[in-house]
Amino acid sequence: MTSFWSIWVSVIVLGSIFGCLWILYIVAKSQPEGESNQSMGHEFDGIEELDNPMPKWWILMFVVSSIFALGYLIIYPGLGNFQGIAGWSSTGQWEQEVAEGEAKYGPIFAAYAEKSIPELAQDAEAMKVGQRLFANNCAVCHGSAAKGALGFPNLTDDDWLYGGTPEAIKETLLNGRQGNMPAKGLNPAMSKDDVSDLTHYLLSFSNRTDDKAAAERGKAMFATACAACHGSDAKGMQAAGAPNLTDDIWLYGSTYSRIYQTILHGRAGVMPAQKEALGEDKVHLLAAYVYSLSNK
Amino acid sequence: MEVYIGSLSSMSEKIPVKHLEPGTQSLEVYGRDNDKAHDVTKSVELYASRKKIYVKQIQGFFQRIRTHSLWALMIAYFAICWISIDGQQLVHFDLPARQFHLFGATFWPQDFVLLSVLLIICAFGLFFFTTLFGRIWCGYTCPQTAWTFIYMWIEEKIEGSRNQRIKLDQAPFSFDKLLKKSAKHSLWLLVGFVTGLTFVGYFYPIRDLVPDLFTASMASGWALFWIVFFTLATYLNAGWLREQVCLYMCPYARFQSVMFDPDTLIVSYDKSRGDPRGSRKRNTDYKEQGLGDCVDCGMCVQVCPTGIDIRDGLQYECIGCALCIDACDQIMEKMNYAPGLISYTTEHRLEGKKSHLLRPKSIAYGVLLFVMIGAFVYSLVTRVPVELDVIKDRGALYRMTGLGKIENSYMLKVLNMSDQAHRFRLEVSGLEGLRITTHTEFEAAPGEVYNLPTSVEIDPKYMERTHYEIEFSIIAEDDPTLRARSESRFLGSKE
Repeated sequence: MTSFWSIWVSVIVLGSIFGCLWILYIVAKSQPEGESNQSMGHEFDGIEELDNPMPKWWILMFVVSSIFALGYLIIYPGLGNFQGIAGWSSTGQWEQEVAEGEAKYGPIFAAYAEKSIPELAQDAEAMKVGQRLFANNCAVCHGSAAKGALGFPNLTDDDWLYGGTPEAIKETLLNGRQGNMPAKGLNPAMSKDDVSDLTHYLLSFSNRTDDKAAAERGKAMFATACAACHGSDAKGMQAAGAPNLTDDIWLYGSTYSRIYQTILHGRAGVMPAQKEALGEDKVHLLAAYVYSLSNK
Repeated sequence: MEVYIGSLSSMSEKIPVKHLEPGTQSLEVYGRDNDKAHDVTKSVELYASRKKIYVKQIQGFFQRIRTHSLWALMIAYFAICWISIDGQQLVHFDLPARQFHLFGATFWPQDFVLLSVLLIICAFGLFFFTTLFGRIWCGYTCPQTAWTFIYMWIEEKIEGSRNQRIKLDQAPFSFDKLLKKSAKHSLWLLVGFVTGLTFVGYFYPIRDLVPDLFTASMASGWALFWIVFFTLATYLNAGWLREQVCLYMCPYARFQSVMFDPDTLIVSYDKSRGDPRGSRKRNTDYKEQGLGDCVDCGMCVQVCPTGIDIRDGLQYECIGCALCIDACDQIMEKMNYAPGLISYTTEHRLEGKKSHLLRPKSIAYGVLLFVMIGAFVYSLVTRVPVELDVIKDRGALYRMTGLGKIENSYMLKVLNMSDQAHRFRLEVSGLEGLRITTHTEFEAAPGEVYNLPTSVEIDPKYMERTHYEIEFSIIAEDDPTLRARSESRFLGSKE
C-alpha cells in the first residue's frame, strides 16, 4: 500500500469511530432533562414515536464497542500500513500452524525414514500415509492411480525414464528431472520427409506401419540423429532420460501424428524437485510408495 | 382447519400489568379490555426488577406424578453415561472424531439427515402434545423445571418452610444466617458441578473424565471449561433465574399459545363456581352471603413457582405444573367442598360445552408425527453403515494407454461406518467393456475412510459417445447387505 492509501484508510477508519462517538455525545447531551414521553408526532396503528432518551446501556455499548475498535486497531493491523503492536499476520499464523504440524507429524516421518524403501513398500500403514502424500502432492499431474497422463509418466508400469531402483526414484523426487528431446534429434538439417521416415521406423517396432521402404530410410536416419541418446537398438538410455522407443509406452502419444510432432518439434518435460517443498523424510516415504506401485 | 383466537385474546388480558406505579420509563399503551369492550389506556412499566418468589411446598396427586417423572428423567441423565458395553460408552458424542455412538450404533456426519428428521419429530411431538395437553412438557419434563425443583427441595431442607425463608431473608446478618446460606449455595454448586460433569461426560468418556479431572490430567482444557460453564449455568438457572427463564428466555413459552385451542388441556380456575371470592367460616351457608366456592386463601398463589395468580385466567407464565390444583384441592377438602375449583380442564369445558380430543388440528399433528416417526424408523432400519464417494481425477480427463485403451482415474473413498473390519469387492457398471485395472478387493478397518485409487479402461470401440454415466459399487464379501454405490462419469473420445 502506498503511503497515500495508507493515510486514506487510516483517516476514514479513525474518522468513522470518532465521528460516531461525537454524534453519540451530542445526542446524549441534548436530551432534555425530565421531559420524556413527548410525542414526535409520528403515529401508526396505535404506536407512537416518543422523544425518549437512549437507554444508558445502549450508550455504554456504543462506547465499549468504540474502545474495543481502537484497541483492536492498536494491537492488530488495520490502519493502513501500521502492522499493530502484536506483530500478528495471517502469513505468520499460517507458518506457526505449519510448524506445529511439523512438530506433531515430523517424528512419524522421521521414523519411516529410518527404514529402507523396499521395507516400507511392504508396510501397509506406511503405504496408506504414502498414498495420502501422493494424493496431495503428485496426483495432480500423475493422477490418483499414478497412471500418468499425456506428458506425465505412468508410475505403475515398471518402465522408467531415469531408473526404477529405490535410489533412482528417490533421486528423481529429491532433485527433480529435466527431460529434453531436441527438435529433430541431433540433426537440425532433417527434412520433414526424413521426420516422416523416422516415424515409420519407430512404428515398425510394433508392426504398425505398412511402408517398409520409409522405415528402412528412417533406420538410417535414426543411427545418425537419435542413437546417441536412445541407443543403436532404440531401447533408450536411463542415464540420459531417453525412453525406450521399441515398447508400447509413449509419454507424448503413440500415434503417427504424435510421434511425428515429437520428432519435428522436440519435447521438454520437467519433474519438479521436492526436496525443499516436502523435506527428505516425506520424499523417502513417497519414493517407497512410488516404488511399491510396480514392486508388489 | 378451524381458526380460533379465543385463547390468544384471553392471554392478552395479562399483558397490561397490574402495577400502575409511575416509573421513569412508563409509556401509554392501548389495550383491549374484554369486559368493557372498548379501548382503554393503561400505563405499563417497561422494566420491573424481579420480586423473589417464595414457593410454598405442597404435596398432592400431581406433585407425586411430577416427582416420579422428574426422578426417572434425572436417573436416566445421571446414569446413562456410566453404562458401557464392550468398552464403548452407550451414549458418547465424540466430537473430535465426528462420530456419535448411540445405543450400539455409530453415526457419522453422513447420517446428519437422521438428526434433522429426529429434530422434526421432536418439533411435531411438541406441537401434538401441546395441542392436546397444553404445557405438560414444561410441568413434568423440562430440565429447567427438574433442576429448579431439586434446588427448591435443597432450599426447603436447609432454610425451612416458606414463612421461615421469608423471615430468614428479612433477618439481619447472623452466624446462623451465614451458615444456612453458605450451606445452601454450596449444595447448589455441588449439584451444579455433578450436572456439569455428567453433561461433559457425554462428550468426553466419563470413565476417563472423572479420574482425569481428579488427577488433573485432562487431555484438553476445554473439558474443564465446559464443566465450569455448566456448573455455573445450572447454579444460576435453577438457583437464581428460575421462573425468569420460562418468562423471558424460553421461546416455547412465547409460541406455545399458537398451538392452543379451546379444547387444549389447561390449568384453570372455574370462575363461575369460585367467584365472588371471600373468606368465611367453615360450615356456614356462604351461598346465602353471596359468595362463591373460592375462600380467597391465596394458597394457589403461594405455591406457584412462577408467582402468578391462576384466578386471573390463562396466562403465558403458567407452566402447567398443577401445584395450584393440589393446593386448592386440599383447601376444598378441608372446607368439605367438592374438589376441582382449580383443575385440568379446557376452555370449552369451562363454558359448559363438550371437549374433543379428535379435532382437525390434533389429527393433523398426530398424522404428521406418525409419518415422521415412520420415516425415521425406516431410514434407521434400512441404514447401511458403509458409504462410497467417487472423486474423478480432473488433472487429466482421460488418457490413452500404450495399448490404445481409454483410461480414466478416480479416487474412491470407502467409509466403513460399522464396528467390524470388512473385505469389500469393487465393481463398475454402466458401459459394456469397462475394466478396472487397479485393485478391486480391499479391507477397510472399522471406522476407516479407505482411499482406493482406481483406474478404469475400455477399448475405444465400445464408446459411441464421448461421455457415459457409470456406477461404482462395493459389496462386503462377508455380508451382502453391506453395499454402497456411487455414480460418476467416464470420459473419452469416439474411435
